[in-house]
This record gives sequence, structure tokens and C-alpha cells, in this order.
Amino acid sequence: MADSLDENTLTVLARLSGLELNALERASLPDQFDSILTLIDRLQEVDTRAIEPLAQAFDHCMRLREDEVTSQNQRDLFQSLAPELVDGLYLVPNVME
Amino acid sequence: MDLNRTSLTALAQGLRSREFSSVELTRTYLERMAAHSSLGCFITVDPERSLLQAKAADARLARGESTPLMGIPVAHKDIFCASGWLTTCGSRMLSNFVAPYDAHVIQRFNEAGAVILGKTNMDEFAMGSSNETSFYGPVRNPWSTDRVPGGSSGGSAAAVAARLAPLATASDTGGSIRQPAALCGITGLKPTYGRVSRYGMIAYASSLDQGGVMAPSAADIALGLTVMAGFDARDATSVACPEEDFTAQLARPLEGLRIGLPRQYFGEGTSVAVTKRIEEALEVYESLGARRVVVDLPHSDLSVPVYYVLAPAEASSNLSRYDGVRYGWRASQYGDLGEMIARSRAEGFGAEVKRRILTGTYVLSKGYYDAYYLQAQRVRRLIQQDFLAAFEQCDVLMGPTTPTTAFAFGAKGGDPVEMYLSDIFTIGVNLAGLPGMSIPVGFDEVGLPVGLQIIGPHLSETRLLGVAHRYQQATDWHERVPALVQGGERG
Repeated sequence: MADSLDENTLTVLARLSGLELNALERASLPDQFDSILTLIDRLQEVDTRAIEPLAQAFDHCMRLREDEVTSQNQRDLFQSLAPELVDGLYLVPNVME
Repeated sequence: MDLNRTSLTALAQGLRSREFSSVELTRTYLERMAAHSSLGCFITVDPERSLLQAKAADARLARGESTPLMGIPVAHKDIFCASGWLTTCGSRMLSNFVAPYDAHVIQRFNEAGAVILGKTNMDEFAMGSSNETSFYGPVRNPWSTDRVPGGSSGGSAAAVAARLAPLATASDTGGSIRQPAALCGITGLKPTYGRVSRYGMIAYASSLDQGGVMAPSAADIALGLTVMAGFDARDATSVACPEEDFTAQLARPLEGLRIGLPRQYFGEGTSVAVTKRIEEALEVYESLGARRVVVDLPHSDLSVPVYYVLAPAEASSNLSRYDGVRYGWRASQYGDLGEMIARSRAEGFGAEVKRRILTGTYVLSKGYYDAYYLQAQRVRRLIQQDFLAAFEQCDVLMGPTTPTTAFAFGAKGGDPVEMYLSDIFTIGVNLAGLPGMSIPVGFDEVGLPVGLQIIGPHLSETRLLGVAHRYQQATDWHERVPALVQGGERG
């Protein structure tokens, strides 16, 4: 049911996925995608009009917990993993000039 | 001591009776790991840290503390965050990530006094069935080093098979415990979804991911699962059921056990050797008092298509957190913020991970969401209903874990779908949230192991382990070790 992956669609998908693709990937992905789409298109064979979607193995709702503090702030520990940090702030390129 | 033939119970007994210390035992395993490092089982080994933990366990043993795993070395899949340990999930993206906290699983093993032997190799972000997608190189199958060990828990499976660890943690989203257990000739258990907390287990497809355990035997797994399973409020899908002793039904007889054989698991596409070994295993079960019932899982051939919609969809969302800002890989050259993120992700992720992120983005995008994502969730319900109906006629289901034995490196490298189909018998269990095991039941004509899959109803792990254990008392396939480690024992 889905169309093959053209250059434009691949560009949009890559942007939505936050991925830069190189020339080799752009060349090989359409064929690989066709194969995956052929596989997943088999789902259209089944009549599921009366069937509710199943998102989790168990249908019950997620639990809520009391709104109370369960752990302390560990900002320094977590920030020690950052690629670039200045004065306790994560450093990224300018968003606005 | 002969590590090729030592059970977890015997190791624990040896520690309690001071026959050897945890430091001695840990050192013995570390030496063995170093001697077989060419198998590629481990991404991170830190002997100093391991021995420090072993020393602490020895002190606890001396004080008379004797939990079943006190002082026992355990290998952990590199998907579990372990405080102070490099935790990469098999990816360049996390090649600099030293976990700042413990996963619930790690916390439970630590509290029980187990020693972290190292972090095992795996397919990148658990996406793969051969361990070939790891940024840290392949794992070799100890039974034949030119073959894959399966995946994604290939490092854990190969480490247990080569007896480099007596027990290893693993995780299973579509077969990642059972398939490598089968290909490496060991026992592996994927528990019921929600039985083991996902807190601190790096997410791939959250509605399917489940931590579990690998060991030579079901009896060893029962000890490991008793430690790692349990309710955890930090995992919203953790099942609130009482703590269980999973060793409780190991000795339960099998008289009257109804084994369901799904018609769809015994057709074309499974190799002759695998079919034969499964039949022989079923005959053993009959001799132990079980009987066969043929059942139907009519939608089982759709489990792979359902999985390859749902798992990539969840992955595309879960992996959006890797942006090179707060932790993880960051590209060295970039212009604006968007480019920094896109390039960091392009450099940090491997080909299979990118493919799944793109697939997930595609099936969730406008115009395709209903046709793919919702339709896959509806078929998922049909697959679960098939299993529930089958369990009205039988106590457990059995069949091959994999259609073939271990394949050669690169054998399924061209078309991604060919690799996806190697999980055809295991994926349905994840979609339905059921517990499943693989146990070794013999070898093919070139000496590669064959695995029997045993599937049970939700929360039936104690019974499943008993079913596996009785078979292992009647046979010795689980005691076989690969030639390359025979004669390598120390102590």
C-alpha cells in the first residue's frame, strides 16, 4: 500500500528523525526500505475492524504515585556527563543570532 | 574447581563452606575471561572494581550473611546501567557514558552480594539477531568461532556457553535472550512483561523490552531470577505481585503435563536437524509423563510484521533523547544546533539503528499512523488472544526457538528482512507479554546447538523452570561445553 521511498520522502524522514544521511545511505536505504515495507504491508491482509488496539501486554492503566520527593537533586553528577558545559549550563550553538 | 561443570548451587556452597573465597572465584573467572577475550564477549572489564566487590562479599560471608548469590560473579548485559561502569548499550553514542546510577536489576544483584564480572557485548541498542551491529565488534560463537552467537544478548550467551560467567543478565524485546541462548547451547529465560523492572535498562521498545537471565541450567536461572525479579515503583509497568521463590517447583513431576504444539511452529522453513532434535526432546517429555496436544496460533506469521512496525515506532521515540547535548556522543564539526544534533546522531548510531529510527518515524507519520501503527496494535491483540486460547488446551507450548542453528558472519547482511525472520518463533511471545525459555536439546550435524522453546501463560515462570529442570535431570545437553574451553579449567 505504501509507495517506494523517493528522494523527497527520504529527506523529510531524515529531518523528522534528526539524522544526517550520507550519499551511501541515501543510495542503499530505498531498496532496504522497500523490503521492510513489503514485510509490514502484510498487516493489511487482516480485517481488524472490531478489534481494539493493544498498546501494552497488560491493558491496565499505568499507576500514579504520591507527589512526594523520592530522590535528591544530583545536578553535578549528571552534568559531569555533558559534552560541553560552562558555569553549570549545557553549551550548544547559538539558536538566535 | 572445574568451572566447566560447576553449578551455581555448588559455587554458593563452596563459598559458604570457605572452600574458596569470592575474591579467588572472581579472579579465576577474570583470568578465564582474559584467556578467551578473542570471543569478544565483554565490552568493559574492570578487575579492580570487581575484586573490590568480591572482597566486600567475602566480608559479608564471614559475618554469616548467606543469600544464595553472595559472592557469586555475574556478567551483566551492557544495556543495564551500573553506577561507575561504562554503559554503552553496544553503541558509539554511549561510548563515553559512565552510568551515574544503578538499574533496578543491578541494585538487586548488588544487594544480594553478587559481583559484577563485566559488561557484555550486544547488538547496538539491542537491535539485531547476530551481535554484528555492535560498535565494539562481533561476538564469536564458542561452538564455532566463524558463526554468530545470535543477538542481541550475544555477549551474555557466549560468555555463559564458554563458562566465562556462571550467570549473565540479558534482555529480550523480540527474542534477544532465547535466540542467542539457543544458538549458544545454554538456558535462557525471558520473564513475563513487567516481572523484572526496566528501571535503568536502556530503552529500545518499551512495551516489549524485558530483562531476563542466562545460565547453563534452569536450576541456576531460578536462583538468578529470584534475585532480579520483583516490584519496582520506578517502572510504571512493573507487575505488583508478591516476591516468588522461583526454585519452588523445580522438582515437581511432569505427569499429566499438557504440551501444546503450535501447528504453525512445525512447518516448512525449519531445518531438518532442528526438527529432529525438537521431536527427540518431545519424546523425552513424553517419557516423563507429559502428553502432546496440537494447538493453533493462526496469526503467528504476522508477528514479524507487527514487531517491525511497533518496535521501530517505539525506538524512534525512545532514541530521540540522544541529541549530543546532555550526554553521549557529540560530533566535532557542526554549524547550527540542528546540524549538531543530526550529525551527532549520524556519527553515534550504526546502520541498523538508523534504519529502525527511520522506519519508526515513517510508520508514525501523517497518513500512515492508522494503516501501520494502529493496525499493528490491533493485530497484536489478535496474536495475544491466540496464545490465551491455546493455553485453555495446554499448560505450556513447545517448539523450536529458531528455524536454524547458528549462521555464519555476514550470511544475512544484504536484506534486513532476512535477519528479521530469524526471530519468527520468538517475537509473538514478546507481543503477548508471556514468559518464554530456550533450553539446549542437542546438536545439528556439524555440532551446533539446537534450542527448544518453552512458553507459558503470564506469570508462570516457576512452572516453566520446573518443566525445563525435569528435562535437564533426564538429559545432559546443558552440561556440554564447547571444545575451545575444554581442558581450560583452573583451580
